[in-house]
Amino acid sequence: MVKRRLIPKLQMRASRSGSTVRMVLVTTVQFEQFIGIGDPVSQARIYEAQAADELIFVDLDASMGARGTLVDVVRRAAEQIFMPFTVGGGVRTVADFQNLLSNGADKVSINTAAVETPELIGRASESFGAQCVVLSIDYRRDMHGHYRAWTHNGKMDTGLDLVKWAVEGEQRGAGEILLTSIDRDGTRTGLDIEATRLVAESVSVPVITSGGCGLGSHFVDGFLKGKADAVAAGTHFCFKDQSPMQTRAHIRNAGVPIRLHT
Amino acid sequence: MIAIVDYGMGNLLSVNNAFEMLGARAHICSDPEQLRDADRIILPGVGAFRDCISNLTKRGFVKALNEEVLQRGKPVLGICLGMQVMARTSVEGGLHQGLGWFDAEVVRLRPSDPSLRVPHIGWNETAWRSDSPFFLRLPRRADFYFVHSYYMKCKFETDVEATCDHGGMITAAVRKNNIFATQFHPEKSQDLGLRVLENFLSWVP
Repeated sequence: MVKRRLIPKLQMRASRSGSTVRMVLVTTVQFEQFIGIGDPVSQARIYEAQAADELIFVDLDASMGARGTLVDVVRRAAEQIFMPFTVGGGVRTVADFQNLLSNGADKVSINTAAVETPELIGRASESFGAQCVVLSIDYRRDMHGHYRAWTHNGKMDTGLDLVKWAVEGEQRGAGEILLTSIDRDGTRTGLDIEATRLVAESVSVPVITSGGCGLGSHFVDGFLKGKADAVAAGTHFCFKDQSPMQTRAHIRNAGVPIRLHT
Repeated sequence: MIAIVDYGMGNLLSVNNAFEMLGARAHICSDPEQLRDADRIILPGVGAFRDCISNLTKRGFVKALNEEVLQRGKPVLGICLGMQVMARTSVEGGLHQGLGWFDAEVVRLRPSDPSLRVPHIGWNETAWRSDSPFFLRLPRRADFYFVHSYYMKCKFETDVEATCDHGGMITAAVRKNNIFATQFHPEKSQDLGLRVLENFLSWVP
């Protein structure tokens, strides 16, 4: 039986000091309040040692000027860790997919570009296989209680219904859906279980949910009540004295099938 | 020298990095001629079956692979799509011919339990033949990383080296003469995956 997955999320921003640009690992609260943490690749190695199931790297600035810096992180990660990882942020074309995949990424996530050019999902899926294409959806609940997809790092309301957009993404060829609740991001108040479940019950591809994990029980809720295949978290692993190994033990004790640390 | 076949598809860098980590001398080969000098051959693959076989054919690898693997008997390791392309046929995106090294067809995953997802993505517990040389020095059970929507259905059970369950038994690895292939990604399965690669390197068919 395939195990549920625990995925540390490494969010990054380009940081310039003099003439050198490098990627710095950051955490966010509701997509703002950036706090620098350290080097993403060093942190990735720690997560590998702690037997995380996968990793997600996200370039929050997604600035084309720092593209080389992101590729450098991908290359270094591929040299140093032997586990699957997804890379996202600023991906706009099939060539961007090619660039990241050929430098060692296993999957590429698209968000804003998928809304602006939905055909990109299908084109990438045909070229590299659906399993390489992760549709990332950031969402908020509007005043009427409807979940809507937002783009541009949570700054622009697309008006798209969360569930409809996830279903369309699957039909267009996405092999996985990555959900992030903007309202819960970095708050450690728990995942949005309802949104997760609505999407998980509407698509047949795997669903990764994120935004809001602060306790081991939040992960358990994501799996059991939200029916997610994977839970991703950034802040949870960055600040608290919580490693993927400890969280894994909590999840396993709740009866969720998850990989044992070997 | 270990030749990693570069036909424009697949996460070659990760495969290369894994062998480098093990201290092996690996080369990413885009010229079929280079396979002649290889002691062992790795056929990776990510993407669609049709593109895989057509790229292999266009770049002259089909002939070279058949010579080196079938005639000269060099040990070969296929990974993921690189395993599937060794089958006789695949139904992914229409009916396509593969290399035909295994009497098998590649078919879509259809889990009996509708809550199980396709693509099959993640770590799944794998069972292998107790006499398999590829799973030596591993715990009795181990999880490996899978990511695929199609799988190889073998006509002969004797070709199947390992299996896992995803709403039905699916082929996780195959072996025949000097050919070994895995549906999972050993290069992405952390320390246990690296051990499978190490076992392949010391395998004498």
